[in-house]
Amino acid sequence: MSLTREEMARIVARDIPDGSYVNLGIGQPTTVADFLRPGSGVVLHTENGMLGMGRPAVGDEIDPDLTNAGKQPVTELPGASYFHHADSFAMMRGGHLDVCIMGAFQVSAGGDLANWSTGAPDAIPAVGGAMDLAIGAKQVFVMMTLFAKDGSPKLVPSCTYPLTGRGCVSRVYTDVATFAPGADVVRVVETFGISIEELSTRLDVPLVSSP
Amino acid sequence: MTATLTTALDAVSAVKEGDTVLVGGFGMAGMPVELMDALIEYGAGDLTIVSNNAGNGDTGLAALLAAGRVRKVVCSFPRQADSWVFDGLYRAGKIELEVVPQGNLAERMRAAGAGIGAFFSPTGVGTPLAEGKESRVIDGREYLLEYPIRGDVALIRAHIADSMGNLVYRKTARNFGPVMATAAALTIAQVSKVVEVGAIDPEVVVTPAIYVDRLVEVAR
Repeated sequence: MSLTREEMARIVARDIPDGSYVNLGIGQPTTVADFLRPGSGVVLHTENGMLGMGRPAVGDEIDPDLTNAGKQPVTELPGASYFHHADSFAMMRGGHLDVCIMGAFQVSAGGDLANWSTGAPDAIPAVGGAMDLAIGAKQVFVMMTLFAKDGSPKLVPSCTYPLTGRGCVSRVYTDVATFAPGADVVRVVETFGISIEELSTRLDVPLVSSP
Repeated sequence: MTATLTTALDAVSAVKEGDTVLVGGFGMAGMPVELMDALIEYGAGDLTIVSNNAGNGDTGLAALLAAGRVRKVVCSFPRQADSWVFDGLYRAGKIELEVVPQGNLAERMRAAGAGIGAFFSPTGVGTPLAEGKESRVIDGREYLLEYPIRGDVALIRAHIADSMGNLVYRKTARNFGPVMATAAALTIAQVSKVVEVGAIDPEVVVTPAIYVDRLVEVAR
Protein backbone atom coordinates (compact mmCIF):
# COMPACT_ATOMS: atom_id res chain seq x y z
CA MET A 1 0.00 0.00 0.00
CA SER A 2 1.27 3.44 -0.85
CA LEU A 3 1.43 5.98 1.96
CA THR A 4 -1.19 8.59 2.77
CA ARG A 5 -0.01 12.18 3.11
CA GLU A 6 -0.21 11.78 6.88
CA GLU A 7 1.94 8.64 6.83
CA MET A 8 4.50 10.43 4.65
CA ALA A 9 4.69 13.27 7.17
CA ARG A 10 5.13 10.72 9.98
CA ILE A 11 8.07 9.09 8.20
CA VAL A 12 9.79 12.40 7.50
CA ALA A 13 9.34 13.40 11.15
CA ARG A 14 10.86 10.07 12.24
CA ASP A 15 14.00 10.79 10.18
CA ILE A 16 14.69 14.24 11.64
CA PRO A 17 17.49 13.87 14.20
CA ASP A 18 16.67 15.02 17.73
CA GLY A 19 17.77 18.56 18.44
CA SER A 20 17.80 19.65 14.79
CA TYR A 21 17.02 23.17 13.60
CA VAL A 22 14.45 22.63 10.85
CA ASN A 23 12.62 24.72 8.27
CA LEU A 24 9.31 23.35 7.00
CA GLY A 25 8.25 24.62 3.60
CA ILE A 26 4.79 25.88 2.72
CA GLY A 27 2.10 23.26 2.10
CA GLN A 28 2.53 19.56 2.82
CA PRO A 29 5.90 19.92 4.64
CA THR A 30 4.13 22.02 7.29
CA THR A 31 2.25 18.88 8.40
CA VAL A 32 5.53 17.24 9.51
CA ALA A 33 5.33 19.39 12.65
CA ASP A 34 2.30 17.38 13.79
CA PHE A 35 4.40 14.22 14.03
CA LEU A 36 7.53 15.46 15.79
CA ARG A 37 8.06 13.50 18.96
CA PRO A 38 7.51 15.54 22.13
CA GLY A 39 10.90 16.00 23.74
CA SER A 40 12.72 15.61 20.42
CA GLY A 41 14.25 19.04 20.91
CA VAL A 42 13.61 19.92 17.25
CA VAL A 43 13.43 23.71 16.83
CA LEU A 44 11.42 25.08 13.92
CA HIS A 45 12.75 28.00 11.88
CA THR A 46 10.50 30.16 9.77
CA GLU A 47 12.27 32.35 7.24
CA ASN A 48 10.20 35.41 8.08
CA GLY A 49 12.30 35.72 11.19
CA MET A 50 11.70 33.26 14.00
CA LEU A 51 13.18 30.23 15.73
CA GLY A 52 11.01 28.27 18.13
CA MET A 53 7.81 28.45 16.14
CA GLY A 54 4.89 26.66 17.75
CA ARG A 55 1.68 25.15 16.43
CA PRO A 56 -0.91 27.13 14.43
CA ALA A 57 -2.71 29.82 16.42
CA VAL A 58 -6.42 29.48 17.05
CA GLY A 59 -9.08 31.80 18.46
CA ASP A 60 -7.70 34.45 20.78
CA GLU A 61 -4.13 33.35 20.09
CA ILE A 62 -4.27 34.75 16.55
CA ASP A 63 -1.92 37.71 16.26
CA PRO A 64 -1.39 39.35 12.85
CA ASP A 65 2.22 40.11 13.88
CA LEU A 66 3.02 36.41 14.38
CA THR A 67 2.83 34.32 11.21
CA ASN A 68 4.71 31.55 9.47
CA ALA A 69 6.23 31.68 5.99
CA GLY A 70 2.84 30.78 4.55
CA LYS A 71 1.46 33.87 6.32
CA GLN A 72 -0.71 31.69 8.59
CA PRO A 73 -1.00 32.71 12.26
CA VAL A 74 1.21 30.63 14.55
CA THR A 75 2.29 30.55 18.19
CA GLU A 76 5.68 30.94 19.88
CA LEU A 77 7.33 28.36 22.15
CA PRO A 78 9.45 29.04 25.25
CA GLY A 79 12.97 29.80 24.01
CA ALA A 80 11.76 31.38 20.78
CA SER A 81 13.65 34.26 19.19
CA TYR A 82 12.91 36.85 16.52
CA PHE A 83 15.33 38.32 14.00
CA HIS A 84 15.25 40.31 10.79
CA HIS A 85 15.21 38.89 7.29
CA ALA A 86 18.90 39.29 6.49
CA ASP A 87 19.79 37.38 9.69
CA SER A 88 17.17 34.76 8.94
CA PHE A 89 18.67 33.98 5.55
CA ALA A 90 22.23 34.32 6.83
CA MET A 91 21.59 31.49 9.30
CA MET A 92 20.25 29.45 6.39
CA ARG A 93 22.91 30.30 3.81
CA GLY A 94 25.63 30.12 6.45
CA GLY A 95 24.94 26.42 7.03
CA HIS A 96 23.45 26.67 10.50
CA LEU A 97 20.11 25.11 9.63
CA ASP A 98 20.18 21.29 9.82
CA VAL A 99 17.20 20.27 7.69
CA CYS A 100 14.83 21.93 5.28
CA ILE A 101 11.76 20.13 3.95
CA MET A 102 10.17 21.19 0.69
CA GLY A 103 7.75 20.01 -1.94
CA ALA A 104 8.87 19.54 -5.55
CA PHE A 105 7.68 19.30 -9.13
CA GLN A 106 10.75 17.26 -10.04
CA VAL A 107 13.97 15.97 -8.50
CA SER A 108 16.80 14.66 -10.66
CA ALA A 109 18.82 11.52 -9.99
CA GLY A 110 21.73 13.77 -9.03
CA GLY A 111 19.65 15.75 -6.53
CA ASP A 112 18.75 18.81 -8.60
CA LEU A 113 15.53 20.40 -7.34
CA ALA A 114 12.75 22.00 -9.40
CA ASN A 115 9.94 23.38 -7.25
CA TRP A 116 9.34 27.05 -8.03
CA SER A 117 8.09 27.27 -11.59
CA THR A 118 6.59 25.00 -14.22
CA GLY A 119 8.10 27.29 -16.82
CA ALA A 120 4.66 27.84 -18.37
CA PRO A 121 4.78 31.03 -20.48
CA ASP A 122 1.78 32.62 -18.75
CA ALA A 123 2.90 31.82 -15.19
CA ILE A 124 3.79 34.69 -12.86
CA PRO A 125 7.26 33.83 -11.58
CA ALA A 126 7.51 33.66 -7.78
CA VAL A 127 10.43 32.08 -5.96
CA GLY A 128 10.17 33.27 -2.36
CA GLY A 129 12.86 31.68 -0.20
CA ALA A 130 13.04 28.35 -2.03
CA MET A 131 16.36 28.95 -3.81
CA ASP A 132 18.01 30.19 -0.60
CA LEU A 133 16.70 27.22 1.38
CA ALA A 134 17.71 24.72 -1.30
CA ILE A 135 21.38 25.65 -1.17
CA GLY A 136 21.50 26.78 2.45
CA ALA A 137 20.27 23.98 4.68
CA LYS A 138 22.74 21.18 5.49
CA GLN A 139 20.17 18.63 4.32
CA VAL A 140 17.24 19.15 1.97
CA PHE A 141 14.38 16.65 2.26
CA VAL A 142 11.77 16.62 -0.50
CA MET A 143 8.20 15.39 0.01
CA MET A 144 6.19 14.58 -3.10
CA THR A 145 4.14 11.88 -4.80
CA LEU A 146 6.46 9.83 -7.00
CA PHE A 147 4.20 10.07 -10.02
CA ALA A 148 2.31 13.03 -11.44
CA LYS A 149 -1.43 12.77 -12.11
CA ASP A 150 -0.66 11.70 -15.70
CA GLY A 151 1.56 8.88 -14.37
CA SER A 152 4.86 10.49 -15.37
CA PRO A 153 7.65 10.11 -12.78
CA LYS A 154 8.79 13.15 -10.80
CA LEU A 155 12.16 11.54 -10.02
CA VAL A 156 13.87 12.04 -13.38
CA PRO A 157 17.28 11.73 -15.10
CA SER A 158 17.39 15.51 -15.38
CA CYS A 159 14.77 18.14 -14.55
CA THR A 160 12.75 19.60 -17.41
CA TYR A 161 11.26 22.30 -15.18
CA PRO A 162 13.39 25.35 -14.24
CA LEU A 163 15.79 24.53 -11.40
CA THR A 164 15.57 25.85 -7.86
CA GLY A 165 18.98 24.49 -6.88
CA ARG A 166 21.64 22.15 -8.22
CA GLY A 167 22.59 18.88 -6.51
CA CYS A 168 21.02 20.01 -3.25
CA VAL A 169 18.49 17.25 -2.40
CA SER A 170 19.65 14.62 0.09
CA ARG A 171 16.40 12.65 0.55
CA VAL A 172 13.22 12.25 -1.51
CA TYR A 173 10.21 11.05 0.47
CA THR A 174 7.40 9.81 -1.74
CA ASP A 175 4.18 7.87 -1.29
CA VAL A 176 5.76 4.63 -2.53
CA ALA A 177 9.45 4.87 -1.67
CA THR A 178 12.17 6.96 -0.09
CA PHE A 179 15.25 7.74 -2.20
CA ALA A 180 18.73 9.13 -1.64
CA PRO A 181 19.96 10.84 -4.84
CA GLY A 182 23.62 10.38 -5.71
CA ALA A 183 26.12 11.28 -8.39
CA ASP A 184 25.92 7.94 -10.23
CA VAL A 185 22.99 6.06 -8.80
CA VAL A 186 19.87 6.66 -6.72
CA ARG A 187 19.67 4.60 -3.57
CA VAL A 188 16.25 3.21 -2.63
CA VAL A 189 16.12 3.64 1.12
CA GLU A 190 12.66 2.23 1.83
CA THR A 191 9.66 1.04 -0.19
CA PHE A 192 5.94 1.07 0.58
CA GLY A 193 3.91 -1.48 -1.36
CA ILE A 194 6.04 -1.42 -4.50
CA SER A 195 8.90 -3.66 -5.61
CA ILE A 196 12.33 -2.46 -6.68
CA GLU A 197 11.65 -4.18 -10.02
CA GLU A 198 8.51 -2.13 -10.61
CA LEU A 199 10.31 1.07 -9.56
CA SER A 200 13.11 0.24 -12.01
CA THR A 201 10.57 -0.28 -14.78
CA ARG A 202 8.68 2.94 -14.13
CA LEU A 203 11.65 5.22 -13.39
CA ASP A 204 14.25 6.23 -15.95
CA VAL A 205 17.02 6.53 -13.33
CA PRO A 206 19.59 3.95 -12.17
CA LEU A 207 18.48 2.50 -8.82
CA VAL A 208 20.31 0.53 -6.21
CA SER A 209 18.60 -1.14 -3.33
CA SER A 210 19.73 -0.13 0.14
CA PRO A 211 21.21 -3.02 2.13
CA MET B 1 19.53 64.17 15.83
CA THR B 2 15.92 63.67 16.73
CA ALA B 3 13.62 62.00 14.24
CA THR B 4 10.78 64.22 13.07
CA LEU B 5 7.41 63.19 14.44
CA THR B 6 4.83 64.08 11.84
CA THR B 7 1.67 63.04 10.05
CA ALA B 8 1.60 60.22 7.52
CA LEU B 9 0.77 62.63 4.69
CA ASP B 10 3.57 65.04 5.58
CA ALA B 11 6.05 62.18 6.02
CA VAL B 12 5.43 60.64 2.59
CA SER B 13 5.68 64.02 0.85
CA ALA B 14 9.41 63.16 0.65
CA VAL B 15 8.59 60.59 -2.04
CA LYS B 16 9.25 61.97 -5.52
CA GLU B 17 8.01 60.89 -8.92
CA GLY B 18 10.12 57.96 -10.15
CA ASP B 19 11.58 57.11 -6.72
CA THR B 20 12.56 53.64 -5.53
CA VAL B 21 10.57 52.95 -2.36
CA LEU B 22 11.38 50.08 0.00
CA VAL B 23 8.19 48.83 1.63
CA GLY B 24 8.43 46.69 4.76
CA GLY B 25 6.27 43.72 5.63
CA PHE B 26 5.88 40.04 4.93
CA GLY B 27 2.37 39.81 3.66
CA MET B 28 0.49 42.16 6.01
CA ALA B 29 2.78 41.54 9.03
CA GLY B 30 4.87 44.69 9.29
CA MET B 31 3.19 46.35 6.31
CA PRO B 32 2.93 50.12 6.95
CA VAL B 33 -0.65 50.32 5.71
CA GLU B 34 -1.32 53.91 6.82
CA LEU B 35 1.87 55.13 5.10
CA MET B 36 0.73 53.40 1.91
CA ASP B 37 -2.67 55.08 2.21
CA ALA B 38 -0.95 58.44 2.66
CA LEU B 39 1.26 57.80 -0.37
CA ILE B 40 -1.84 57.12 -2.47
CA GLU B 41 -3.40 60.37 -1.23
CA TYR B 42 -0.17 62.34 -1.73
CA GLY B 43 0.21 61.22 -5.28
CA ALA B 44 3.79 60.44 -6.39
CA GLY B 45 3.83 57.94 -9.25
CA ASP B 46 6.13 56.03 -11.61
CA LEU B 47 7.51 54.31 -8.50
CA THR B 48 9.71 51.26 -8.21
CA ILE B 49 8.58 49.30 -5.16
CA VAL B 50 10.90 46.87 -3.40
CA SER B 51 9.02 44.56 -1.05
CA ASN B 52 8.79 40.85 -0.33
CA ASN B 53 5.35 40.52 -1.90
CA ALA B 54 3.40 42.47 -4.48
CA GLY B 55 0.41 43.33 -2.34
CA ASN B 56 -2.24 41.31 -0.54
CA GLY B 57 -5.98 41.87 -0.74
CA ASP B 58 -7.01 45.43 -1.54
CA THR B 59 -5.21 47.47 1.11
CA GLY B 60 -1.65 48.68 1.69
CA LEU B 61 0.68 47.99 -1.22
CA ALA B 62 -2.14 46.42 -3.24
CA ALA B 63 -4.06 49.70 -3.07
CA LEU B 64 -1.00 51.65 -4.25
CA LEU B 65 -0.69 49.29 -7.21
CA ALA B 66 -4.40 49.59 -7.96
CA ALA B 67 -4.03 53.38 -7.99
CA GLY B 68 -1.59 53.02 -10.90
CA ARG B 69 1.37 54.58 -9.10
CA VAL B 70 3.83 51.75 -9.55
CA ARG B 71 5.96 51.16 -12.65
CA LYS B 72 7.96 48.22 -11.35
CA VAL B 73 7.92 45.76 -8.47
CA VAL B 74 11.08 44.07 -7.17
CA CYS B 75 10.04 41.20 -4.92
CA SER B 76 10.51 37.51 -4.13
CA PHE B 77 6.93 36.26 -4.16
CA PRO B 78 4.29 38.20 -6.11
CA ARG B 79 1.89 35.32 -6.77
CA GLN B 80 -0.40 34.52 -3.86
CA ALA B 81 -4.00 33.55 -3.27
CA ASP B 82 -4.88 37.19 -2.55
CA SER B 83 -2.59 39.02 -5.00
CA TRP B 84 -5.33 39.69 -7.56
CA VAL B 85 -4.42 43.37 -7.97
CA PHE B 86 -0.84 42.62 -9.01
CA ASP B 87 -1.88 39.58 -11.09
CA GLY B 88 -4.29 41.70 -13.14
CA LEU B 89 -1.76 44.47 -13.79
CA TYR B 90 0.98 41.99 -14.67
CA ARG B 91 -1.16 40.03 -17.11
CA ALA B 92 -2.29 43.29 -18.72
CA GLY B 93 1.38 44.27 -19.19
CA LYS B 94 0.93 47.34 -16.98
CA ILE B 95 3.67 46.59 -14.47
CA GLU B 96 7.26 45.36 -14.59
CA LEU B 97 8.43 42.56 -12.31
CA GLU B 98 11.91 41.61 -11.10
CA VAL B 99 11.85 38.40 -9.08
CA VAL B 100 14.67 38.11 -6.53
CA PRO B 101 15.19 35.14 -4.18
CA GLN B 102 14.11 36.24 -0.72
CA GLY B 103 17.52 35.89 0.92
CA ASN B 104 19.23 37.77 -1.90
CA LEU B 105 16.59 40.49 -1.65
CA ALA B 106 17.34 40.97 2.06
CA GLU B 107 21.12 40.72 1.62
CA ARG B 108 21.18 43.15 -1.34
CA MET B 109 19.48 45.76 0.86
CA ARG B 110 21.77 44.90 3.77
CA ALA B 111 24.74 45.45 1.44
CA ALA B 112 23.36 48.84 0.39
CA GLY B 113 22.98 49.90 4.00
CA ALA B 114 26.42 48.62 4.94
CA GLY B 115 28.32 50.23 2.05
CA ILE B 116 29.19 46.95 0.35
CA GLY B 117 29.76 47.34 -3.40
CA ALA B 118 28.52 43.86 -4.34
CA PHE B 119 28.77 40.33 -2.97
CA PHE B 120 28.90 36.73 -4.15
CA SER B 121 25.89 34.59 -3.21
CA PRO B 122 25.42 30.85 -3.77
CA THR B 123 21.65 31.31 -4.14
CA GLY B 124 20.31 30.80 -7.65
CA VAL B 125 23.34 29.08 -9.17
CA GLY B 126 22.24 26.84 -12.04
CA THR B 127 18.74 28.38 -12.18
CA PRO B 128 17.10 30.73 -14.69
CA LEU B 129 17.68 33.61 -12.25
CA ALA B 130 21.44 33.23 -12.80
CA GLU B 131 21.12 34.42 -16.40
CA GLY B 132 23.32 37.41 -17.16
CA LYS B 133 25.01 37.31 -13.76
CA GLU B 134 28.75 37.14 -13.27
CA SER B 135 29.74 33.92 -11.54
CA ARG B 136 32.87 32.88 -9.70
CA VAL B 137 34.11 29.67 -8.14
CA ILE B 138 35.42 30.32 -4.64
CA ASP B 139 36.90 27.43 -2.66
CA GLY B 140 35.31 24.95 -5.07
CA ARG B 141 31.80 26.38 -4.88
CA GLU B 142 30.04 28.53 -7.48
CA TYR B 143 28.61 31.93 -6.53
CA LEU B 144 26.77 34.74 -8.35
CA LEU B 145 27.61 38.42 -8.14
CA GLU B 146 24.76 40.38 -6.58
CA TYR B 147 24.51 44.16 -6.39
CA PRO B 148 23.03 46.29 -3.61
CA ILE B 149 19.46 47.56 -3.75
CA ARG B 150 19.18 51.13 -2.50
CA GLY B 151 16.00 53.00 -1.83
CA ASP B 152 15.26 56.70 -2.06
CA VAL B 153 12.76 56.20 0.74
CA ALA B 154 11.97 53.29 3.08
CA LEU B 155 8.48 52.93 4.51
CA ILE B 156 8.48 50.49 7.42
CA ARG B 157 6.36 49.57 10.42
CA ALA B 158 7.82 49.04 13.89
CA HIS B 159 6.17 48.63 17.28
CA ILE B 160 7.54 51.36 19.55
CA ALA B 161 9.88 54.28 18.90
CA ASP B 162 11.43 56.78 21.24
CA SER B 163 11.39 60.36 20.02
CA MET B 164 14.98 60.05 18.76
CA GLY B 165 13.86 57.29 16.41
CA ASN B 166 15.20 54.18 18.16
CA LEU B 167 12.92 51.32 17.17
CA VAL B 168 11.72 48.04 18.60
CA TYR B 169 9.57 45.66 16.60
CA ARG B 170 6.97 43.07 17.43
CA LYS B 171 7.32 39.35 16.68
CA THR B 172 7.56 38.38 12.99
CA ALA B 173 6.41 41.87 11.94
CA ARG B 174 10.10 42.76 12.26
CA ASN B 175 10.98 40.95 9.00
CA PHE B 176 12.46 43.43 6.47
CA GLY B 177 12.10 46.58 8.62
CA PRO B 178 15.59 46.72 10.19
CA VAL B 179 17.32 46.03 6.85
CA MET B 180 15.24 48.49 4.84
CA ALA B 181 15.80 51.20 7.47
CA THR B 182 19.52 51.06 6.67
CA ALA B 183 19.18 50.90 2.89
CA ALA B 184 17.30 54.10 2.01
CA ALA B 185 18.34 57.74 1.87
CA LEU B 186 15.29 58.57 3.99
CA THR B 187 13.53 56.20 6.38
CA ILE B 188 9.98 56.72 7.58
CA ALA B 189 8.79 54.45 10.38
CA GLN B 190 5.16 53.98 11.28
CA VAL B 191 4.91 52.94 14.92
CA SER B 192 2.11 52.12 17.35
CA LYS B 193 3.53 54.36 20.05
CA VAL B 194 6.21 57.01 20.51
CA VAL B 195 7.77 57.16 23.97
CA GLU B 196 10.17 59.63 25.53
CA VAL B 197 13.93 59.27 25.13
CA GLY B 198 15.27 56.88 27.74
CA ALA B 199 12.08 54.85 27.99
CA ILE B 200 13.44 52.07 25.74
CA ASP B 201 16.18 49.92 27.27
CA PRO B 202 19.22 50.49 25.02
CA GLU B 203 19.86 46.73 25.16
CA VAL B 204 16.64 45.98 23.32
CA VAL B 205 16.81 48.62 20.57
CA VAL B 206 16.72 46.80 17.22
CA THR B 207 17.03 49.74 14.81
CA PRO B 208 19.22 52.52 16.22
CA ALA B 209 17.92 56.05 15.65
CA ILE B 210 20.72 56.90 13.21
CA TYR B 211 18.74 55.07 10.52
CA VAL B 212 15.38 56.71 11.17
CA ASP B 213 14.39 60.14 9.85
CA ARG B 214 10.65 60.47 10.29
CA LEU B 215 8.17 58.89 12.70
CA VAL B 216 4.44 58.55 12.26
CA GLU B 217 2.38 57.37 15.22
CA VAL B 218 -0.61 55.20 14.35
CA ALA B 219 -2.27 53.59 17.37
CA ARG B 220 -3.08 49.92 16.81
